[in-house]
Amino acid sequence: MVENRENRFMKYLRKDRLPHIFCAGCGNGIIMNTFFNGMELAEVDFDQVVMVSGIGCSSRIPGYVKCDSLHTTHGRPISFATGIKLANPENEVVVFTGDGDAAAIGGNHLIHGARRNINITVICINNNIYGMTGGQISPTSPQGSYGSTAPYGALERPFNLSEMVKAAGATYVARWTTAQPVQLSNAIKKALKNKGFSFIEVISQCPTYFGRKNRMRSPIEMLKWMKEESIVKRRADKLSAKELEGKIIVGEFQNKEEPEFSDKVCQLLEAQCTTGKPSSTRSAYEGD
Amino acid sequence: MVDFMITVDENLCKGCNICTEFCPRKVYQESGILNKKGVHVPVPENEDKCTQCQLCVMMCPDQAIKVDEKVDEKDDK
Repeated sequence: MVENRENRFMKYLRKDRLPHIFCAGCGNGIIMNTFFNGMELAEVDFDQVVMVSGIGCSSRIPGYVKCDSLHTTHGRPISFATGIKLANPENEVVVFTGDGDAAAIGGNHLIHGARRNINITVICINNNIYGMTGGQISPTSPQGSYGSTAPYGALERPFNLSEMVKAAGATYVARWTTAQPVQLSNAIKKALKNKGFSFIEVISQCPTYFGRKNRMRSPIEMLKWMKEESIVKRRADKLSAKELEGKIIVGEFQNKEEPEFSDKVCQLLEAQCTTGKPSSTRSAYEGD
Repeated sequence: MVDFMITVDENLCKGCNICTEFCPRKVYQESGILNKKGVHVPVPENEDKCTQCQLCVMMCPDQAIKVDEKVDEKDDK
């Protein structure tokens, strides 16, 4: 009798495409595992999942998964995801995006997705550098880190993506690193269950570019760095900005309930079908 | 009949050795020999120490590791 000796996440993957193209020790594979685990915990129907991605290393993930997927233009996965969600609100739309995709070219789409509070889950894989194109400095590269476009260290201040999306109005925001897979899967579970815009920032390792340029050549060194430098938000709140320098603040940044966009659109359509006139839209110029 | 509990798929493993480092019980060990792909595939040397916490399954970026879920020993006979 031949026993099935495959990994337990293999049933979600396109086996003919494996092994995937990610470098040895890349964090994208860990994030795939934690997503499947979080999906199992949240009891989401895998047939309803639609994965959307833009351009970048992390955006190749949906290509390896046995579900409906869309590989879109650079920086625009959230716009495409909005369309998919509104076309069929039953879909569980998950966006896999990188830091260059979400914060640099697609920053505008990200904050407006959060502002609308549409029910999608965005998993932003933040490896602090442009990994696919050769190690250029990205908007989230820490100040002073090295890259091929910053041989003397990055001068600019990085984006704090989680705080930015929280300020833009997302209803679930969390940040974890790939060195904490259990907490990350729980965060993904909560994000999938949350009705509204959920944003998960995963600090991931890129040993090939970020590690090599910043004296952490192996994925193990990078994971150890993330484990040592991460500090839970509850504890970080009590510390001063000087003490937090160089630390990665992890934890839940936002968890609240607010009216959701696709629900509002459905209500509008329902009102139009029953009364012939959308009831909830009233012109701002109309007198009382 | 179960003669082994942990399998590492040689075709998928890229030899990053995250499992050797992050296993809390140090079950895996780096192998000294290269396989046909030029990869040092880790060997589950101390299998008896494994507590089936499944952390390596989650941490393996290449989905190469399979650790059996806990089963009753009576089922083997």
